[in-house]
Amino acid sequence: MANEFFLNVPVMLALTIGAYLLGTYIKDKSGMSLLHPFLICIPTIVAVLYFTGVPCSFYMEANRIIEFMLGPSVVALGLLLYDHVETIKKNAVPIFVSVFSGSVTGVGSVWLLCRFFGLDEIFVRSLEPKSVTTPIAMDLAASLGGNVSLTAVSVVLCGFIGAVFGPLFLRLFRIGNPVSRGLALGCSAHGLGTSRAIETGAVEGAVSGLAIALMGLMTALVIPLFNMLFPV
Amino acid sequence: MYLKGIFIIVGFLALGCAVSFAIGNFVPGSVCGMVLLFAALAANIVKADDVRPVADFLTKNMSLFFVPASIGIMEQWGLISGCFFGWIGVILISTLLVLLTTGGVQSGLMKIQNRRRHGK
Repeated sequence: MANEFFLNVPVMLALTIGAYLLGTYIKDKSGMSLLHPFLICIPTIVAVLYFTGVPCSFYMEANRIIEFMLGPSVVALGLLLYDHVETIKKNAVPIFVSVFSGSVTGVGSVWLLCRFFGLDEIFVRSLEPKSVTTPIAMDLAASLGGNVSLTAVSVVLCGFIGAVFGPLFLRLFRIGNPVSRGLALGCSAHGLGTSRAIETGAVEGAVSGLAIALMGLMTALVIPLFNMLFPV
Repeated sequence: MYLKGIFIIVGFLALGCAVSFAIGNFVPGSVCGMVLLFAALAANIVKADDVRPVADFLTKNMSLFFVPASIGIMEQWGLISGCFFGWIGVILISTLLVLLTTGGVQSGLMKIQNRRRHGK
């Protein structure tokens, strides 16, 4: 039976923010850029819910306010886009073409690979927006009829893969200039890719931030068109 | 000072949702709001300094806002556990493909652009 004390909205909100702060604290202390706060935060919350017997549905309901902030945070990316308007102008055509190809590759490869691995339709709908920053990905998944929770976890996994193996693969394929590297990391691994790109250089970081917003926008346009041409 | 920023962001989210509805939910309201905010900033309708404190707070703590949804995976475990490796495989291969396509196309196009500029 769930303890009365824990079945309470402020306690659940404090749990989310507290576990997240713990994750960022441990990340900063350890100095490991790949130790994403989620690696500490999610297991902590899962463990607390498990040991107190609080149902997952109650936790989700209590944290509606935090989840609501996803929408405003996407709108806030408009400022990031505005800050990098000069970089966009200078490389406008190449950036748009490469983000578009990245977006089509992302959506198309999920569609193909899900067939190859024998995954259900729900996986296709939930994974198509996986390379996009989470709030946009979740909005897209919801409008596609995907499983929003599955999308959220997939986006984090995708960010990890991009941030961990991205720089290695870019070197392997001799993609060396800062703009291309930043764009590739931001498009494939959103915020996690950007945090990795900032470590390599200022130009990489700025372009990568821009890539998050552009990739989100482009994928929002590509997915409905793609699904019209290739139904699930 | 924060209130103005909050009003602008929430206002543009509301506007974005209205536009999204008007075009048949083709693009999520939040993405429409992002584009509208960008346009308003570029057109000097909104001052960047008015939104910056709130926008910075939101973009810097973005990952916190998706913690609740990620916990929802506990309820979805039944869905994933059956095809765990397929799920990982799709994400791994697709992510690396996106990385190499974007980076490759960009560096190829930049080489062409540079060659043209030097040729002139």
